[in-house]
Amino acid sequence: MSKSIAYFKNHPFAAIVKCLVWLAAIITAVVLIFLIGFIAVKGIPNLKPSLFSLKYTSDNVSLMPALINTLIMTALSLVIAVPIGIFAAIFLVEYAKKGSKLVGLVRITAETLSGIPSIVFGLFGLLFFTTALGWGFSLLSGSFTLVIMILPLIMRTTEEALLAVPDAYREASFGVGAGKLRTIFRVVLPTAIPGILSGIVLGTGRIVGETAALLYTAGTVAKVPSSLLGSGRTLAVHMYVLSSEGLYMDEAYATAVVLVVVVLLLNGLSSLLAGRLMKGQK
Amino acid sequence: MGKIDIKHVDLYYGDFHALKDVNLEIPANKITAFIGPSGCGKSTLLKSLNRMNDLVEGCKITGEITLDGEDIYGKNMDVNHLRKRVGMVFQKANPFPMSIYDNVAYGPRTHGIHNKAKLDEIVEKALRDAAIWDEVKDRLKKSALGMSGGQQQRLCIARALAVEPDVLLMDESTSALDPISTSRIEDLVMELKEKYTIAMVTHNMQQAARVSDKTAFFLLGEMIECDDTTTLFSMPKNKKTEEYITGRFG
Repeated sequence: MSKSIAYFKNHPFAAIVKCLVWLAAIITAVVLIFLIGFIAVKGIPNLKPSLFSLKYTSDNVSLMPALINTLIMTALSLVIAVPIGIFAAIFLVEYAKKGSKLVGLVRITAETLSGIPSIVFGLFGLLFFTTALGWGFSLLSGSFTLVIMILPLIMRTTEEALLAVPDAYREASFGVGAGKLRTIFRVVLPTAIPGILSGIVLGTGRIVGETAALLYTAGTVAKVPSSLLGSGRTLAVHMYVLSSEGLYMDEAYATAVVLVVVVLLLNGLSSLLAGRLMKGQK
Repeated sequence: MGKIDIKHVDLYYGDFHALKDVNLEIPANKITAFIGPSGCGKSTLLKSLNRMNDLVEGCKITGEITLDGEDIYGKNMDVNHLRKRVGMVFQKANPFPMSIYDNVAYGPRTHGIHNKAKLDEIVEKALRDAAIWDEVKDRLKKSALGMSGGQQQRLCIARALAVEPDVLLMDESTSALDPISTSRIEDLVMELKEKYTIAMVTHNMQQAARVSDKTAFFLLGEMIECDDTTTLFSMPKNKKTEEYITGRFG
């Protein structure tokens, strides 16, 4: 310790930088802890069994239908967006010619799409899925809107993950006589899985946290619809509605707690999955 | 006729003329070494023997390379099958991020062998042939990435042997290893020539002199001289060869 003090005496600038780095880390951690703590303090006392009853009434303000809708929407959106995103990335990295115009175009499009505010996606969903395709306010319209939102994200992260796989692996695979498909599915994709999963986690985060794009497409009906063509609100939308009405603030905080727990569980699930898939690699 | 015959081969990377009218015979069950300074085309020639150059964009090759008399760039040649017959060990050990067992079984599985007992047998044989069985037999299910550099390179040799090739190409396969690992692999290569035809690129002239039966010297894309290793190193015919092997350039 005394040694480091002497060191910093001679290098005052290093001492300042070290302090700033620590400060930044502490600020980040404190903000996060404060946020979670605030939600927990306001929300946990308001978690009542009635909040989890299967039917929503204006008496119990149940969040259960919204929770179920959230899970349905997440699953549906991921089932559509993940394969398309991964295959698009495979095309860009493994098949398209390096530096071709098409690759550049797809990349710019994806980057532009990921910078567009979600309300714009909501408007597009309203005009296209809800109105033009006649799906109405429904889980289906909502899911497809979310798919368009997270597709670029999943494609880009998968692309980065594939690019990070060393070419030496590909060479080794071709070297024993494996074809391109086998090389991609047996060597490249398994190696890239952690990166791909982090993209899926980010995508899941956007789905679970989205409100603006869903108000126009999935609607705000507070029950689990009988089919995918029915309207239903997700947890985030439920929170938005509760707090904008201003009558059920306690329940809104309770919902926030549930939302945080759901996000944590989904992230935990995906890292568990990553561990399973990575077995034998470490 | 050699195991592999290279006749009037020219190779271009885009506009760059990387190999100029190369003629060479690689005899069966012998070790042929390619030596020469960096950028002389020796690795390029090695990679054209199992068509790894196909992966390089803008690479064009003319002339003829035959394996057992069959044109490897011919229309009827299945590249995947060619690479099964002509295996390759790379400069840096590149085991897959999988278990040791799966690394070796990758090739046989690629070529349709899924029977567990058969795979066990192939994996053991390949690991024994690569002189690494005793070190890894108790941890076949562990990741290959936990092994030392020398072990990884011998594992890569085992992986190449598992598909039962005729020819083994080694592209400076010991250049990243310590002297002890290097000498183990040299011993191994000398044993392997009983069963396989071996072509190796090396930067290390002592290695070529120690290990190989035949040596070809390359300079600026041309093959300058090729002879029995002892002859080439004791009385080179070409002035350039003499200068290179006596260490005056390169």
